[in-house]
Amino acid sequence: MNRRQILAAVAAAAPSLVAGRLWAAPNTDQRLLLVFLRGGYDAANVVIPTSSDFYYQARPTLHIACPNPEDPNAALTLDADWSLHPALKDSIYPLWQKGQIAFVPFAGPDDMSRSHFETQDTIELGQQLQGPRDYGSGFMSRLYSQLAGARPIAFTDQLPITFRGGAPIPNFGLAGIGKPGVDDRQAKLIENMYRSEDLGASVSQGFAVRDEVYRSISAEMLAANRGAVSAKGFELSARRMGRLMKADYTLGFVDVGGWDTHVNEGAANGYLAGRLGELGRGLAGYADELGPDVWARATVIVVSEFGRTFRENGDRGTDHGHGSVYWVLGGAVKGGRIVGAQAPVTQVGLNQNRDYPVLTDYRSLIGGVVRRAYDLTPARLDQVFPGSAPKDLGLI
Amino acid sequence: MRRTALLSAIFLGVASQAAPVDAAPLTAHDLALVNRITWGASPSAVADIQKRGAEPWLSRQLHPAPTDQLPPEAQAEIDALPVGRMPLAALVVQMDAQNKAANQITDPDQKKAAQQAYNQAFNDLARQAATRSLLRDLYSPEQLKEQMTWFWFNHFSVFQGKRDIRAMVGDYEDQAIRPHALGRFRDLLEATLRHPAMLRYLDNDQNAVGHINENYAREIMELHTLGVGAGYTQKDVQELARILTGVGVDLSPNPPNLKPAYLGLYVREGLFEFNPNRHDFGDKVFLGHTIRGSGFGEVEQALDILARDPATARHVSLQLATYFMGDDPPAPLVARMSDAFRRSDGDIAQVLGVLFHSLEFDASLGHKFKDPAHYAVSAVRLAYDDRVILNTGPIQGWLNRLAEGLYNHETPDGYSMVAAAWDGPGQLATRFEIARQIGSGSAGLFRPDIKGAVDQPAFPQIQNALYFGGLSQTLGAPTRVALSQAASPQDWNTLFLSSPEFMRR
Repeated sequence: MNRRQILAAVAAAAPSLVAGRLWAAPNTDQRLLLVFLRGGYDAANVVIPTSSDFYYQARPTLHIACPNPEDPNAALTLDADWSLHPALKDSIYPLWQKGQIAFVPFAGPDDMSRSHFETQDTIELGQQLQGPRDYGSGFMSRLYSQLAGARPIAFTDQLPITFRGGAPIPNFGLAGIGKPGVDDRQAKLIENMYRSEDLGASVSQGFAVRDEVYRSISAEMLAANRGAVSAKGFELSARRMGRLMKADYTLGFVDVGGWDTHVNEGAANGYLAGRLGELGRGLAGYADELGPDVWARATVIVVSEFGRTFRENGDRGTDHGHGSVYWVLGGAVKGGRIVGAQAPVTQVGLNQNRDYPVLTDYRSLIGGVVRRAYDLTPARLDQVFPGSAPKDLGLI
Repeated sequence: MRRTALLSAIFLGVASQAAPVDAAPLTAHDLALVNRITWGASPSAVADIQKRGAEPWLSRQLHPAPTDQLPPEAQAEIDALPVGRMPLAALVVQMDAQNKAANQITDPDQKKAAQQAYNQAFNDLARQAATRSLLRDLYSPEQLKEQMTWFWFNHFSVFQGKRDIRAMVGDYEDQAIRPHALGRFRDLLEATLRHPAMLRYLDNDQNAVGHINENYAREIMELHTLGVGAGYTQKDVQELARILTGVGVDLSPNPPNLKPAYLGLYVREGLFEFNPNRHDFGDKVFLGHTIRGSGFGEVEQALDILARDPATARHVSLQLATYFMGDDPPAPLVARMSDAFRRSDGDIAQVLGVLFHSLEFDASLGHKFKDPAHYAVSAVRLAYDDRVILNTGPIQGWLNRLAEGLYNHETPDGYSMVAAAWDGPGQLATRFEIARQIGSGSAGLFRPDIKGAVDQPAFPQIQNALYFGGLSQTLGAPTRVALSQAASPQDWNTLFLSSPEFMRR
């Protein structure tokens, strides 16, 4: 089924009655994964403004060289102004060449606290900045409540704030999974103890997800025993995510840490390059595991709480900044483009003479993507991002 | 007294089984109080409150006596750990030398082996620190102090995985945090600032005039003192970073070359140093106060300003109330704690006294969802009481699986203290797995961490006098029914440790 056929099927079925409520039948045969780079990744050294002389002045030791096919350490051409970090050459750059990834520079929230935790919470909650915060209502949870039939999961050891509120959503870290020791009889007795408890639904779901994850992973273990090369680190988790999102889940969240590069960040090689390589291999592995049919209906959005100072600091690193560069990738993404409003990458173009400004609000960006992906009505989208006008960047 | 009135609430009959004949009867309130103030109710902890009476017991927890010592078996295990026997400076210098020596080896195989040995020794130091910490949580009579040590380590969190911090976390916890856990906030703040673990972790050892690194300056205000949204600005962060220039870590035994004017300004204590050569001596305006460039005295002034700011009193009080009571503690109580904080110039025991003597606190007893550390430690305390375990490795492993490993929080905000961080479906499923491991047998807790060591027989005795005399009466009908269907003692233990009642304190 391609997207048009799905739309036709959905139109024929609508309005349908799900769980006693009348739904306008959003298009839920989609896969959406939100990847949160915690720590504030140094966007300016990943999607690099190589046409800016100011970039090279501002980063005497951290800069990446202008594109040059002879030089493996040089950046990779994206368009006339922007280039990609060479550590992403074999993972993300092929997606760019296929037109399946777009980058949105100058993206983020208006939150100017430059605090990791404050800004991460801001993004995960997705609420209006004015007024009190409701920590019991994350935007991914609100999105789920608008998607009948969606199956959400967080691939994390702890339930992220963005999935809090509403119906319980399972979380499962995928790094260390073993055969469950609690047997079915014990699980049933434990469920009984929680039957009238607030945690009852979470307990039942925990056992159900445990069994699904283990089933999915035991196939991989079998393959490994037959001598298959096994992935490591984030790539291993991301491939597992791909298998689970292909078969069992449709709405996912994962976070990747280690981006707070105050010291010895490295340039074409070094610390950040290592983290990026792992991230890129993971995302490419995720697409690979979904397979072409599902990837054609899949979207991945990569966000981070802020960009970093445009100038390098005294320790060959960068400090907390503001605007970031977000990634949108997927089989149906109209990529191969740098998308959204841009500011000149010069000293006067900086926010507070320090970092990138935010020109594309994260809520309008993500809102625009999910509206397209799920055919959400404006009223439904307003439940997800109250008071935010979606920006249609034509990404899907 | 209100507490005395509550004493008569319910007689649970433990006195006749577990405590001396002259002890007061155990009330439901006192059992719940022990469960909250300690790392988890155990037969011996309950006997202690019965012997002393609730109020004197609480007072002793807030103001421990020098005679409150670990049991000898636990102390002997700690004394055997190399991490506590060598001063930090010598330890770090030795590790640094081992690292350099390994890197200088030219033969690739030998070099690899030497580097592995170095990493092993490095990891061992952090594991030993975790062992000491867990043994104290399990067996120290100063239970509140140990809980507060965990709290403050988490408040001033450092991550063992960065640079050489694995060699430092033990000393940081033992020397910077624990001595001040119930003392003055201002002393605690300075002790963390003077510790190389913190200076390494938040990069202040890299912060020098002309090479400003504002990482630590920002987190001091955001996390350690004022709290985010307290009204400070980016400019305040930069000014504090300038004040903190020159505050760093030095492994060399010799002071730097200093011009005569700087000689009296150099400060050195172990690995900690204030190096005037690296300091920005310009004047600063910090939170509205002008601070004249003068050297380390500027740091003292800045810490005074921060520790006495009303926002710090509020922020710290809110954190304390959340740790001990759970999500969204009542605002009037937090306000009373903040008042006590300001009146007492940050006397932590006094602030806690206000909390523990409040009606709001009493009403919250039994309702706080345990985080993984409290879950695992309370299970071992209940299962083995004062029989000292021989290996903390399994507990360290459980905490890592539950994503709350000791010294393992990568970012400086520390682990979350709200229930929603720990009660998701995946967390619960993992917790039940661990309940099964603890409930089914010794789980490796009685097999010393030495090659070839054998497991000593030890079965978790959860159906003990405390269970029959107190805990069993706190169970709801669904839990009783499930327990009655247990197929074996192992199964019974697994179910009890999985019950909703045991998830809360």
